[in-house]
Parts: sequence; structure tokens; C-alpha cells
Amino acid sequence: MSDLVTITIDGVEVNVPKGTLVVDAAKRIGNDIPVFCYHPKMTPVGMCRMCLVEIGLPVRDRATGELLRNPDGTPQINFGRNLQTACTVQVSPGMVVRTNTPFVREGREAIIEFILSSHPLDCPICDKGGECPLQNLTMAHGKGDTRMEFTDKMKLAKHVPLGELIYLDRERCIQCGRCVRFQDEVVDDPVLQFHNRGRSLEIVTMSDPGFDSYWSGNTTDICPVGALTTADFRFGARPWELTPVATLSPHGPAGSNMTFSTRIEAAAGGRTVIKRIMPRQHELVNEIWISDRDRFVHHFADAPERLTQPLLRKNGSLIPVSWDEALEFVAQKLKGFDGTAVAGLSGDRMSNEDFFLFQKLIRQGLKSNHIDLANGRLAGGDVVAQVGVVNDTTYDLPQRLGVGDAVLVVACDLHEEEPVWWLRARQAAKRGATLVTLNARPTRLDREAAFAIHYAPGTAVETIRRLLNAAKVEVEQSDDPIVAAAQALVKANNLTIFYGAEGITYEESDAIARLLGNLLLVKNGGSGHVGRVNNGLIPVWPHNNTQGAWDMGIHPAFEPGYKPVKTPGRNATAVYAGVANGEIRALYLMGADPVGDGLMDGRGQLKLLVVQELFLTQTAALADVVLPAQSWAEREGTFTSGERRVQRYYPAITPVGECRPDWQILAQMGERLGLGKAPFAASLVFRDLAKVVKPYKGMDYRSLAQVAKQWPDVGGEDLYYGGTAYENRSGLGQQWPITPPKEPFAVPDVEVPVPQGLTLMRIAALYTPGTLNRHTKLLAARLAQPTLLLHPQDAYALALQDGEPVTVAVNSGNVQATLRISEDAPVGLALIRAIPYQPGTAVAHITRVAEFASS
Amino acid sequence: MTHILLRHRDIPGIHKLDVYRAHGGYQALQKALSEHTPDEVIQIVRDSSLRGRGGAGFPTGVKWSFIPKAPGDKYVIINTDESETGTFKDRELCEYNPHQVIEGALIAAYAIGAKTVYNYFRGEYMDAAHAFEEALQEAYAAGLIGQNILGSGFSVDFYCHYGAGAYICGEETALIKSLEGELGQPWSKPPFPAIEGLYGKPTVVNNTETLANVPPIIINGADWYKSMGTPQSPGPKIVCMSGHVEKPGNYEVEMGVTYRQLIEMAGGMRGGKKFKALLPSGGSGPVITEKALDAPLTYEGLTPFGSVMGSASVIVMDETVDMVWAAQKMTHFFKHESCGKCTPCREGTFWMEKVLHRIYEGHGSQKDVDTLQSVAQQIKGKTLCALGEFAVSPVLSTLAHFPQEYRAKLAK
Ligand SMILES: Cc1cc2nc3c(=O)[nH]c(=O)nc-3n(C[C@H](O)[C@H](O)[C@H](O)COP(=O)(O)O)c2cc1C
Ligand code: SF4
Ligand code: SF4
Ligand code: FES
Repeated sequence: MSDLVTITIDGVEVNVPKGTLVVDAAKRIGNDIPVFCYHPKMTPVGMCRMCLVEIGLPVRDRATGELLRNPDGTPQINFGRNLQTACTVQVSPGMVVRTNTPFVREGREAIIEFILSSHPLDCPICDKGGECPLQNLTMAHGKGDTRMEFTDKMKLAKHVPLGELIYLDRERCIQCGRCVRFQDEVVDDPVLQFHNRGRSLEIVTMSDPGFDSYWSGNTTDICPVGALTTADFRFGARPWELTPVATLSPHGPAGSNMTFSTRIEAAAGGRTVIKRIMPRQHELVNEIWISDRDRFVHHFADAPERLTQPLLRKNGSLIPVSWDEALEFVAQKLKGFDGTAVAGLSGDRMSNEDFFLFQKLIRQGLKSNHIDLANGRLAGGDVVAQVGVVNDTTYDLPQRLGVGDAVLVVACDLHEEEPVWWLRARQAAKRGATLVTLNARPTRLDREAAFAIHYAPGTAVETIRRLLNAAKVEVEQSDDPIVAAAQALVKANNLTIFYGAEGITYEESDAIARLLGNLLLVKNGGSGHVGRVNNGLIPVWPHNNTQGAWDMGIHPAFEPGYKPVKTPGRNATAVYAGVANGEIRALYLMGADPVGDGLMDGRGQLKLLVVQELFLTQTAALADVVLPAQSWAEREGTFTSGERRVQRYYPAITPVGECRPDWQILAQMGERLGLGKAPFAASLVFRDLAKVVKPYKGMDYRSLAQVAKQWPDVGGEDLYYGGTAYENRSGLGQQWPITPPKEPFAVPDVEVPVPQGLTLMRIAALYTPGTLNRHTKLLAARLAQPTLLLHPQDAYALALQDGEPVTVAVNSGNVQATLRISEDAPVGLALIRAIPYQPGTAVAHITRVAEFASS
Repeated sequence: MTHILLRHRDIPGIHKLDVYRAHGGYQALQKALSEHTPDEVIQIVRDSSLRGRGGAGFPTGVKWSFIPKAPGDKYVIINTDESETGTFKDRELCEYNPHQVIEGALIAAYAIGAKTVYNYFRGEYMDAAHAFEEALQEAYAAGLIGQNILGSGFSVDFYCHYGAGAYICGEETALIKSLEGELGQPWSKPPFPAIEGLYGKPTVVNNTETLANVPPIIINGADWYKSMGTPQSPGPKIVCMSGHVEKPGNYEVEMGVTYRQLIEMAGGMRGGKKFKALLPSGGSGPVITEKALDAPLTYEGLTPFGSVMGSASVIVMDETVDMVWAAQKMTHFFKHESCGKCTPCREGTFWMEKVLHRIYEGHGSQKDVDTLQSVAQQIKGKTLCALGEFAVSPVLSTLAHFPQEYRAKLAK
């Protein structure tokens, strides 16, 4: 490539792309120029001065522009009088860099001495001690001594809460500004700032509540000292006592790579417990960032309310019994039902192994096709199998969407549903990609959108159909934003589409997936947007492994690998109806609480209700048998992300009580129902499923654990470069290949009841109170409270006031919410958040709770 | 001598528009707009060899020529932060001869294609800024600022901004950040303001005095201008004389006069005391002693003596001055004014002040003096902006010229 530049660093030549910073060029050849303020994911600022090196440039004749040469023919190099910061200087042809001269070494010693002159050196009680860039660089480049009189040192506050999640130690802060820049540049929550000046320069938070950001924990990773610590971990353990275990986010569909830090703890009765969660680098998934939900919401795994023993209903109450008794009881009972009267419903947080054995048990063991997700919100897995996104395969500064590309985000609020994808869409727009958002209401991503289109409730399908039709014809210019957006999308070099289910029904989402699939197929002069890197459809699934559930055939019409079922079974809605009217007599549930979710009205006419669960949910409390399952932290398995990346997670903590992994329970049940010997390891289940599930062919636990060198080189042993993100040593996973469709998708007509008058729509909130979030006490104050957003005009019409408590009809019941008058709600559309899931839109029934005196 | 810059000293009431106009005011603007293309204006200023009066002496015409020609938002900023110790020339210009500054800035705006001019005042300059704002209003009313100036089709808006009293906000990039409403911290250049300045747009930052030089250059031509001063440092210069002289104040001189002449001009040493040293550029230039007094006031004149003309704020010190005290005072100033963005300046000024204070109070040891010297050396050449560089000069130059005064203070 012509835009490569060759420079020499300590006598070693290196070729790097134009625009590369000297510090990064050096990293390529293993020359670690020390840095504090520089971070390869952020704009260089050159403020800590740690990276000072000698930089020389070839000398040219002023008149002719010719290179001047030494007598021996080598070009003359002019090194300036001063050292320069390697983090701010870009490479240029013929540049010569010296990083190991006495001049440079003195410079490094000087900067280290300056930094330490006001550092408290309280390493023995510092969380970062043992994995601290300042410690490491001091050992490598410091003098080992200081001339600063102890009494001259500045004394500052050491426990400054920046909100309740993150604490600041002002003495340890070295004013590198990484945290400030991260919040501003990377995640667009500029809530941290420098305040004051000189030696009084300090970090402050500008928000109320303090440090109001879903990303705050990341600053504790990239902080090069122990100045920022999480309330969850601070003073919790020393880094060298911790064992890293690779894991995945148990929450969102992006499949964020994370690492548990675990330790055996006396306080926990000698069990291995999770001390903290940190990101694990995966440049194609979450880079080195995780949201605070992913970081902090793990306490449910160790919650005291966890089930610990199988429970069997005897004389009306659930009594602890042995596994043998429980399994035998269920197996014998199940044998007594006809397949048409048995159904299996699952949650979508389980592993692929669990799903595979679940459908096997129901389909082959019990001869039933009544299999579905208990609370399916979003359809289109079969469409994704044909037009899903294709990831880059390189980890060397992977290609990302930018100028000339487009991102379309439909019917979801990425910031609340999967923050990592919000970050990605936003960054693509910042790099120059055209961002189009389509929703019934404004979302945060609209800020970056070239087109933010808001359709009327109930018209999502119609709007997307118009978008698709507009994309099929060439139009030069249009005032209609839908036409203009369609043209921009179809003409983009690369097109990635996210779609979700905000304000739409399951049936609508199915039609939308197909329409979007067709949009990707539109060629309109170009080559279409299917099957190429950075092109395709990404479903914003509600949970971490909804994709896997689809892949494994947790669906009445699909077997594993999207093989159509000859006679499709009942979907969840039909199962609940059957439970009520007696057509379904036995129900097997895995990780689902339909009673709690308001989908199933008690036991109905069930003769047998079996529940595999972590907690005694409302449904479990009604069951005949409750089988305690292990959480994701106690076992291994695989999840598949919305980008169809199959990834492994690993056992980290001592299993709770007698809990067993779901797959094992199912295998042991299957053995009793004549499905053959139970496999004894998750890897063997995976081996079996990879034989049956076509797209997973060729994958096994070993191939999923493969790693590659990733750039930028952050998260490695040399912590100082990127902070203490963990290097990925446990697997990058594998994306399963799509099978592009031969012709456009047929789109079913869907009836969408358009509510008349004021309409109600549920919107997402990252910290919606729920079983998992609730167990992280730290987040208690940040949990979203049920809130109804009304446009001022609508509030005026209803004579309601801001802050007033109201009752809102949701699903079949009522919820209490606080009213907020806000222009975030379109006229005629009331938005409600932090309530259980409610599909589509409905007529809004809002009533005043009581006389409310406004202040 | 009639004044070219401090014209109010010859013409009372020149701060009023009618008086300024009666004495040729705004004819330079008229001439530039009607007779010259923007590029010609830049060329005239280039030919005049006018150099920046903010301290660094960068050729003004060259600076203007760096502004990209492509259309788009561009800005001119007048730097009236004037926070260098002992500097008070821009204040006098803005307060008593504001129209000349305004006219110079308008010509600059025309030359680079800016539609907006800001004057950034240090926060304490209320009086000067109010006088300047009055002049602005008069000029607006007379159609000299605003839409379609003098029927030329050229339009400019003009705003005053009050800083919060920070020395660092005189540094052009910190000034820009401050003007944008952010913390006043400089950035590491490149990018230079000429390419990415205010709000990321091409920006010229010029010292107030620099711009006051522009109207007479346009009227009288580059050759006239170069007939004053020296070839490399032409033109008039306002020198701020303070300290132990009989008549402190601003003096407009031709470049090239000697420092000895300047002291005489200011009435000689106060009370007939003996001269000891002077600071040629407030706290930021190394002190000079008797042997440098015959050096000329030019950008190059003090190079052999290890010092600089800077903004020509001359602080004269007589024999009674304790140089350790002086070094301590100035170090306190820099420690107080360091923005804290870069490590060596933030930590180093803090440290130096502690050590110097100990020495001054009589508790220091030889080790402290050695540490002081070494800390100052360690800061040198490693800071992000020039403030850090300035901060070591009081220490290093007093250590070099007056080591005995340090020694005399050491604890017995
Ligand atoms: C710490 C520091 C303080 C400065 N203060 C001022 C100031 O108060 N006024 C000024 O005109 N220039 C000041 N400068 C210089 C400006 O950065 C800039 O060079 C100048 O305004 C350019 O104008 P000129 O070319 O007309 O001199 C300062 C520079 C530094 C490093
Ligand atoms: S808190 Fe940490 S990341 Fe933030 S400026 Fe201080 S040292 Fe840097
Ligand atoms: S040298 Fe001083 S004033 Fe300049 S950037 Fe560094 S800390 Fe700020
Ligand atoms: S100045 Fe380069 S790493 Fe901080």
C-alpha cells in the first residue's frame, strides 16, 4: 500500500499506515514507550509527558527540497533540542526515533519523579497495587529514590464518592485525564471534568446523581493508578489473590466478553466467589468496554435466595428431596401424558447446550412440538439465519463502519437495551457513517442520526414497507425523509441494520425482519448488502442467548438449525390458552416465570408443572417439582450473540447447594425417558449439537477457545497501555455462516390494531427492576422507577401535573407510576418505563391516584 | 516624538470615534476594503515585517497567510489577557485608544476572511473593557462594524469576552478553550489555531498591540514601518517600565533602544539607588544584570545574555532587592498560574516553591539548593506549553547570577 510510512525506531525499521502515532508504531515492534495519559482508544493529549523520546527528521535543502546526506550517504537527521511526546507525533517518512538514549532515560526518570512527588505511595492498601501501571513504570523507568521531602507533599481527600458506584482518591490521581476523555469522547456522557488548576487540578463529577453514566466502571480499568475504584470491589481483595476466569455477559445480546476475578473466601464458608467483573478484549464484540450492568449485576449468582435443593410437592407444600427422587418422579409422571398434552417453554438466558437438550427432551422424549420461548418478544431468527450480519475476521485493527457506510436502527433504544451496540452505532456515525433511526419516539441515538424518523404508533410495518419501496427506485433528491433515508441506505457501501421490538407485537416484528431482509437484498445498482463483511441484520434480542434459543429450535415451527417442523406445535400464547382450557396437562419450564410475567394465569388446569430455576419464582411456587439450576457463573457453556457469534463461558464459583447445570438435569431426565446415556460434560453436549445444528458444524469447545493477537494492543500484560482490561486468552468464539436466500422474503400481512386516542407504549430502561438487577444492592438507587412520560399537551388535556403519581393499565393489571411531563414523549403517545414487558401499543388508561398538591 | 500606538497621549479624546476619525481614523480600513484584496493586505503586513507583540515575535503577515483560503467560518481573536507580571500596555491601548485596536482587528478579519472578532480581556480589566465596549458600540452605530461595512459587502461581528483572571488563558490555545466555555488549558500543537482554532475553525490570535500596529502600516506602507527599529525587529514598541525607577509606566519607543536608555527614560533608578538586575519580560524572562544593559530592545538583543525581550515588561530591581525573595515571588506566581495539565509544570512548580520557600525562610540546606536547580532543569524542555518553560527562568537565572545570595540564606 502506498500510504505506508517507514520509520526507524532504535535502529529497527517499521512500516505503518500514514497517520500512525510514534507510540503505536513502536508498539508494533514490541518497543514499549511508557505512557500514562495516552490510550489507543482516545484522542492523544500529550499531557503526562511520560512518552518523551528523541524524534529526528531528515534534513532537506531549503532551495531544492533534496535530502541532505552525510558523507557516508545516510540522510542527515535533525533531532530537535527537546524531547518530544511520542503519543502526539505522527510518523513521517524517514523519521528516526530514539527511545533508549541517556537523554530519553533522564526524561523518563524526571517525569516519574515528578509524578511520585505528589503520589501517596499507599500501594500496600491500594486496589490497583499489583496491577498498576504507575508501579510497573516506576519499576522500569524510575530512579528508585525521591528527593521530595515527605513534609512537602500535598495531602488530599482519599475517599471522594463520585456517586455511589465509583470512589475517587484525590491523592492517587495523576491527572492523566483518561477518565474525563473516556466519558466525553467514547461514551458521550461528559459527566467528569477537571476542576481548578495547577497542583489543585482535580477530577469532579458534574452530574446529579454523581457520575451518571452506564459506563462508569470502565474508568476504573483505564485509570492508570488506584485513583478510581468501584464501590463493589474497593478494598475487597489484592489483585494477586484473584483468579481470572473468562465469561460472557449474562444480560445483553451482544455477547460482551468479560472476566471474573474470583477468590476463595473464608467469609463465604470457603467457597470461591466473584470479587469483580472486568472486560475482556474482543475487538469485534465489546472492544474493552462493558456497561455497569454487565460489571455489577452478578450478585444474583451468590444470592441467599438461590434454590439449593430439588423440591417436590407433598401434601400441598414443596419439600426438599433428593435428585433421584425428584428426577424419577418427573420422569414417571411425564410418561403418563400424551405428547399433544405436554408443552415445554423456556427462558432465553440459558446456554445452547441447555436449549438443545430441552427441545430434545420435549420433542424426542415426550413426542411434543409444543416448544417455544415463554416470553418471546422479537421474531426473525430464521431471517437472521439468511441475512445476518457478517463480521470482519481480522483482529488487526478490524474494519469498522465509517464514511460511505450506513447503520439503520429500527424500533429499539440501543442505549437502554444493549449499550455496547449503542456505542458501536454511535461510533460509526462519528466516523462518518450515515445513521438512520426509525422509532415511534425519539431515542438517544437520534443525536447522531442523519435521519431520525418517528412513525405513528401501529404504523411501523407500513413505514418500513415504504422505506423498502423507496429503496427500490433511484431518486436523485427528496424532501421526504423516508425516501431520502432509503436512498442513503441502499447506496451505502456497507449497511448494518439493528432491529428490536419496542412498541410492536411479535407478529409485527416478524414482518419487519422480513422487510428489512428484503431491504438488504435490494441491489439498486450496487451489490446488495448480504453476505459481505459489515453488512446484514442484527436482532436486538431481549436477552443474552435468545439467538441460541432460535438456533437450537426453541420454536414450535423450527427444529435445531432452522429445519422446519412437519406439524408445528403450539406457540407460547397457545400453550397458555391450553393451560387455561385443559388441553395442555403437563408443562415443563426452564428459566421462565410466566405467572410472574403476567402471561399465565396460575396453574390453570395443569396436572403437572415442572420448573427448572435459580429462584423460587411465582411460577415455581406453584410447581409440583422445582429443580434447582446452576447460574452461569457456576458452570460452563456457550451463548450465541445477536451477531451469531458462538462463544464459551467458564465455571468460576463453587456451585450453590446441590444445583446442577440445566443441561445435566435435562440429560438425566432424558436418560430416564429412554433418550440414552446422559453425557457427562457440556463439551460433549456441544459436540452432539454441532452434528445436528447445521450452521454449528465444525465447531467444538477447542475451536471456540481459539485466540488471535488483537490490535490495538490493550489488555495485555503491559497494563499501562490500555488499563487493566484482561487480555483474551480464552476464546474469541466463532460466527456461524449465513445462507443467503435465493429470493426475497415473503412478508405476511399483519393486522395491527391501531389504538385510538392516547396510546401507551412501554420503553426500555437498562436498570429495570427484575430478578437479576435487584440482587445488586449497589444499583438500588439507580434502578429505574416506573415512570410515565407524557407530552405537555397530553398532560394538559388530562389535567395532570409533573411528579404526580398515576395508575396505568398494563397488560392485564395496573401499575403505579410517577408522571413526568416531557417532550421525549410524542404528542398522543404516553411512554412508560421500568415495568414488565408489554408488547405493542395499547390505549392508555391513566388515572390519578389521589389529590396531588403540586409544590 | 509623536506616538504611533499611544496616540491618545498626543490627541486628547481619541477614544471617541469622531476624534479618532478626525485624525485619520478608519481610513486604513477604508483603504484596505476599497483598494486591496485580502491577499494584498496580508502581503503588506508581511512586507512590513511586523512581529507579534504578545511575546513570541512571530511574523504577523506569515501567521495570517497560514489561514486556509477555503470559505467557511474563521475567527480573529484579540489577546488582551495581559497577565504577565509587569505588563500593562494592552490595557492602556484598549482604554484610551480603542478604535485603533478595533480597526486593526477589522483589517485582520478582512485579510483572513473572518466574520467574527473576539476581544479576550483578562477578568480584572473591567475599566479597559468597558471603554473598549463603548468604542465598539460607536463603531457599530457608525456602520464600521456589522453588516456591509462601509458599503464594501464585508461584514463582521465583534464581541468582548471577560476571562476569569488566569495567566494561562493568554496562551492562545488555552484562550480558545476558555472562550469556548471550557477549562482554560492549552492543547498540544499541532493542530495550530490557524488550522483548527476556535470551535475547530481557522483562527488568528493576535496580541492587542500587534493589531494596533496594523492601521498605520496600511496607511503608510511597509517601507515606512521598516524605517523604524532594526531590520529584524522593526517598528515601534510599547515598553512597560516598572519596579525601582522614578517614573514607571508605558513608554513607546522605537525598537533598538538599549535597556540603559529605557531606565533613563523612566527617570532613572528610584532614589538614586544602585541598579542590581532587571526582568526584561516580567517573570517569564530570565533576569539580566548590569552587563546586559547596553543590549538593544529587539527580539534578538538579549539572546547573548540568555534572556528575551518577550512582551517588554521591564521590571527594574535595585540593590535592595533580595534575589531569593524575588525568585520565590515569581515561582509562587507560576505555581499559582500553572494550569496543571502537564506533569512537569504542575508538579515541578509546586515542588520548587516549597523548596524555595524553605531556603528563603532560612531553613534550607545545600541539598535544597541542588534539588531546586535540578528540579528546574528537569522541567525545562519537557512541558506542554511555554508556561512551564517560563517558570524555571526566575530560578535558573537567579541561581546563575546570584548564587551567593542563596548560599547566604542556608541554615547554619
Ligand atoms: C503562558 C503564556 C501566556 C501568554 N499570555 C499572553 C498574553 O497575555 N497576551 C498575549 O498577547 N499573548 C500571550 N501569550 C502568547 C500567545 O500564546 C500568542 O503567542 C500571542 O497572543 C500571539 O499574538 P502575536 O503573534 O500577535 O504576539 C502567552 C503565551 C503563554 C505561553
Ligand atoms: S482519576 Fe485516574 S484516570 Fe482520571 S485523571 Fe486521575 S489518574 Fe487519570
Ligand atoms: S506547562 Fe504548565 S501551564 Fe502549560 S500545559 Fe503544562 S501545566 Fe499547563
Ligand atoms: S504525554 Fe504521551 S503518554 Fe502522556
